[in-house]
Amino acid sequence: MKQQIPLEHKIISNWIEENTTVLDLGCGDGKLLSLLIKEKHIHAQGIELQDKAIHQCIAAGLNVIQQDIDTGLSEYTDKNFDYVILNQTLQQVKKPDFALKEALRIGKKVIVGFPNFAHIHARLQIFFQGKVPITTALPYQWYDTPNLHFLSIKDFKNYCKNKNIQIHKTAYLTNRKKIRLTPNLLAETALFLLSK
Amino acid sequence: MADNSVGTVETQHFTFAQPPNELRLELGDKLGPITLAYETYGQLNQDKTNAVLVLHALSGDAHAAGWHKNSKNPGWWDSLIGPGKGIDTNQYFVICSNVIGGCRGSTGPSSINPKTGKPYALDFPLITIADMVEAQRQLVDYLGIDKLLAVIGGSMGGMQVLQWMATYPEKICAAIPIATTLKHTPQQIAFNEVGRQAVMADPDWQNGNYYGKKVPAKGLAVARMIGHITYMSDTSMAEKFGRKTYPNKETAKFSPDFEVEDYLRHRGDNFVKRFDANSYLYLTKAIDYFNLLNGHNLNEVFKNLKAKVLVLAFKSDWLYPTYQSQEIVKACKLAGVNTSYCEINSTYGHDAFLLEIEQESKLIQHFLKTTAKENGKGDKNK
Repeated sequence: MKQQIPLEHKIISNWIEENTTVLDLGCGDGKLLSLLIKEKHIHAQGIELQDKAIHQCIAAGLNVIQQDIDTGLSEYTDKNFDYVILNQTLQQVKKPDFALKEALRIGKKVIVGFPNFAHIHARLQIFFQGKVPITTALPYQWYDTPNLHFLSIKDFKNYCKNKNIQIHKTAYLTNRKKIRLTPNLLAETALFLLSK
Repeated sequence: MADNSVGTVETQHFTFAQPPNELRLELGDKLGPITLAYETYGQLNQDKTNAVLVLHALSGDAHAAGWHKNSKNPGWWDSLIGPGKGIDTNQYFVICSNVIGGCRGSTGPSSINPKTGKPYALDFPLITIADMVEAQRQLVDYLGIDKLLAVIGGSMGGMQVLQWMATYPEKICAAIPIATTLKHTPQQIAFNEVGRQAVMADPDWQNGNYYGKKVPAKGLAVARMIGHITYMSDTSMAEKFGRKTYPNKETAKFSPDFEVEDYLRHRGDNFVKRFDANSYLYLTKAIDYFNLLNGHNLNEVFKNLKAKVLVLAFKSDWLYPTYQSQEIVKACKLAGVNTSYCEINSTYGHDAFLLEIEQESKLIQHFLKTTAKENGKGDKNK
């Protein structure tokens, strides 16, 4: 049962150096960590809240802690990990500002991935249909979405500027390819490599 | 007998610490000779790298799996240990021994004191969780095992797991502490103290010198009843008993009306048949003394540990609440230990570690499999 590796996982894997320590916040079923172990021989630690995902991670032989990211990071020392990953997580935590601040404290580098709320499909749906957008990257109905916060690429760049967070690398994607022009309009997902 | 049972088993015995080489106990006393009752299931491989040590809780014993001849019940963790089960005896060599201070074949207060030729009773020295682990270490050495693949246990068994992690970090590849704590809290001590007071208030206790006479059955039964209340949860009791009444044939006032009363009385009475009251005092005290943090910072407790750790807790466990397991996870994180943690959804309360087997076995099975794979490859990945 061979599954295709998602493009964003491939990009994250390219960004990460070999034999490093990686903490994945909201690691889900652990596919990304397993990929990083295979390709980059990282030392992996995951944090996840969902029962099913925890079982999948343990079945995959990953170190995973069932914990809330909003509270579970305080015991890690500064720069404890080479990389902290917040992929498709930041928009789902209660306090994204705090989570990112903590990630930047405990990680030398932080990788953030989130759905771009300003993607053209989202804009068109709001503008012409007057409806909360449902797109490939934002596939949920308003009443059952795990996303608590909605942000665009522009919002996040401004945020980084205001908080003096350095952006080292960016990648803007649809589910199949990278976007180079007007990403805030055309990218469904954004990835950032950050440090502070 | 089911295919996934280890079958008929027998308890074995190992004696060590013969005078003058008695075991020096944590609190300063000496004890010897010491006999440990133990059982093993599965085969030790040639490299002796597949041994899993199972540690029992307060009322448990060496009989963790399989059936004793003519016995109506299998071992206390039979649902978890056996061919193809969570701890797969086709893969692993499983060892379980009765703790020192116990009364199920290992040396305890009911054993004969070689100096007097009579049961020790209260002449038996106070023991600690560290002493239990020290005795187990001697057994493991005797079995020729240099490094255990894993140590696993719940409640008091979990404390022994934590003690192994702290005292013998180099002797274990993995550890699974379940529903346990780094230190006993006042509430936990309080429940144990009520149990001890019940035993000691029984006139038959006779300052511990009841051997060969009437045992303090009433006191020990009450202690066990209190214990059982703390092992269940509000929800599990409501589900199990509701307010169902007991078909009461007795006419006396205050004979049991409710099913829960009858259940507790039965549990108490059965416990008396298989457990020694003095052992109950010694073991509960050992649990109360348990404090791995004693004089240490949280980040120092597991600082030499290279083993990987799976911490398990149960959401409805109010005797050993999940925050205590989270504290263990925190100590592991601070020490840079490879840690996994899962809070299992269960309504059973503290007893869940014996009852919520399906999820527990899956997690343990996968975790052991990974550990065996990593160590089989000589992968000291840390």
